[in-house]
Amino acid sequence: MAEKPRTLFEKIWDEHVVSSDPGAPAILAIDLHLVHEVTSPQAFTGLRERGLKVRKPGQTVATADHSIPTLDPSLPIADELAARQLRQIEENCREFGIPFYGKGSPTRGIVHVIGPELGLTQPGMTIVCGDSHTATHGAFGALAFGIGTSEIEMVLATQTLLQRKPKTFQVQIDGLLGPGVGAKDIILALIARIGIGGGTGHVFEYTGTAIRALSMEERMTVCNMSIEGGARAGLIAPDETTFEYLKGRKFAPQGAAWDAAVARWRALPTDEGATYDRTITIDAEALEPMVTYGNNPGMGISVTGRIPSLTDVEPAARADLEHALAYMGLQPGRSIAGQKLDVVFIGSCTNGRIEDLRAAASVLRGRRVAPGLRVLVVPGSQQVKRQAESEGLDSVFQAAGAEWRESGCSMCIAMNGDQLEPGQYGISTSNRNFEGRQGKGGRTFLASPLTAAASALTGVVTDPRTLDSVAAQPVAVWRSSAMEAH
Amino acid sequence: MPEPFAKTTSRVISIPRANIDTDQICPARFLKITDKAGLADALFFDWRFTPDGKRRKPPSFIDERRNAGRQILLVGDNFGAGSSREHAPWALRAWGIRAIVSTSFADIFKGNALKNALLPIVVSPERHAGLVALVAAHPDGEWTVDLEAGQVKLPGGESFLFEIDPFARTMILAGTDEIGYVRSRLPAIEAWEAAHPARVDSREGIAAR
Repeated sequence: MAEKPRTLFEKIWDEHVVSSDPGAPAILAIDLHLVHEVTSPQAFTGLRERGLKVRKPGQTVATADHSIPTLDPSLPIADELAARQLRQIEENCREFGIPFYGKGSPTRGIVHVIGPELGLTQPGMTIVCGDSHTATHGAFGALAFGIGTSEIEMVLATQTLLQRKPKTFQVQIDGLLGPGVGAKDIILALIARIGIGGGTGHVFEYTGTAIRALSMEERMTVCNMSIEGGARAGLIAPDETTFEYLKGRKFAPQGAAWDAAVARWRALPTDEGATYDRTITIDAEALEPMVTYGNNPGMGISVTGRIPSLTDVEPAARADLEHALAYMGLQPGRSIAGQKLDVVFIGSCTNGRIEDLRAAASVLRGRRVAPGLRVLVVPGSQQVKRQAESEGLDSVFQAAGAEWRESGCSMCIAMNGDQLEPGQYGISTSNRNFEGRQGKGGRTFLASPLTAAASALTGVVTDPRTLDSVAAQPVAVWRSSAMEAH
Repeated sequence: MPEPFAKTTSRVISIPRANIDTDQICPARFLKITDKAGLADALFFDWRFTPDGKRRKPPSFIDERRNAGRQILLVGDNFGAGSSREHAPWALRAWGIRAIVSTSFADIFKGNALKNALLPIVVSPERHAGLVALVAAHPDGEWTVDLEAGQVKLPGGESFLFEIDPFARTMILAGTDEIGYVRSRLPAIEAWEAAHPARVDSREGIAAR
């Protein structure tokens, strides 16, 4: 009898279930554990208290990204707490034998940028990290999700996790994206449709012709914000685009092992006839550049749209909308385009990769940012930084009046000194517009690199399609070719 | 190691807002610690203090004198959205919260809460509306959350049942944690690993320290 058709998620899940006692969650084997300085210290302390070692240091990788300054790395770290946390991760990695990409490492960067860059992230894997944007790695057809510090300790101690099997949620996106519309707009549109709790209890699988047409970096942008739709993980089936990206990367299999791995990966996509617990379909052709107006990533509208009025939403949601608009200082019914800005942030694990920087640079090349506006460009990793510099993008940004920084999470989470001041408005390519997320009292509009860069020129929220250079580009000319960026 | 937890009786703090994210529960700038100290003070910090550090007037619910010592939160839908920071349940526990009642919880927060013996109690929207009205009418009424019985007793004698993941429930009642349980299954883990060689060796090409 033929086996029951299975989804991509089910194949990875089934393979990694070590055992499950009646009534207990499954023990799920973890292939790769990514560690950073902010959520891990208490887990290492726990290990020490139990007298345990890291069970599989060779399946563990650490970096420093969240609290690390993006200024001149030769300067001492001004924030004593951050400095202590950064010393702590280095000491923990040394003590427990974990490879650490720290300050000064040419391959340091945001954990979700360097995993793929180094070829550590591979299809079919289970990947965890004490960071909710671990879903990023799902772009490779890996089951990747964020965990808490107790779970970090569990993985360090056992290389497994106790997990209940989540449900599956297909996000089918067909059609061609219009000029000026990209991966960030897809995911913001999805979250606006289903809400920030819409995927709770589920893992997304993104399918459809619009997803297939995306580059790996664009797929990472989509998967990255799965958690903003409530899903711990979001996957995209591996294909030739995936294999082309991975081939030749440092930790990717080589030679005969590569061929064997690709053969294994080709069996991962969801079987014909497999079913999902839920499905939503989105028409890519109808999408427009998206901007958020509120205090969570689900409060997004088209850049041509108007800020909702209280009467536009369900009675039960009115108080929250009123609160959000009061925090944001925005008038219901006004156009989102034209809202004034103080800061533009281009970077983060969502949009800090080379293609994002190329997209932003394509808008800023030969132009100047609006007077009085602060524009911060922060590459996602040191490798991205060097690649951008080799292409002259740093000069484009600096000539336009933007700041060019070392890599890190930076103003996405505002732990390292890069932050909005109280009351300031920022348009940001990052993933969260929660109150205070980018600095206490700061007010965030989330958008794509193109929209952020177009807004940098004007100093107000701007539809990138109003620029001739964007409107004339039917394809993503900033995509990497297979030969670059290894 | 956690202490066993079975039951608490307390008055309730009601925050009717939905989608309360972990950046509100514990702002990111309080995540620079390397231990768990001081997190009670970080709880809902930006709701309690203005950006220039002054206590808000009127004070936030958490600073209202009558709410001191209350152990049960009644909150809107999708509590704990956003970041995976376990500092959020640590801060809630450090302040004294033992149970949170909502129509739903974000997945990562819920898992983190259970690992810290902080009970995420899910109720239907109808029940939730009734509870919000009850607290509005009886702000100082005491509720008893009984994990053993899976029951919340309300002032006036009414009660309702709730479900907690049965495995987590056992762990919380016994005050044990999961690492010991999983380590007792190490032979099965080793057998799995023997059949599934590691996909990567992150130490490859890195000089021995």
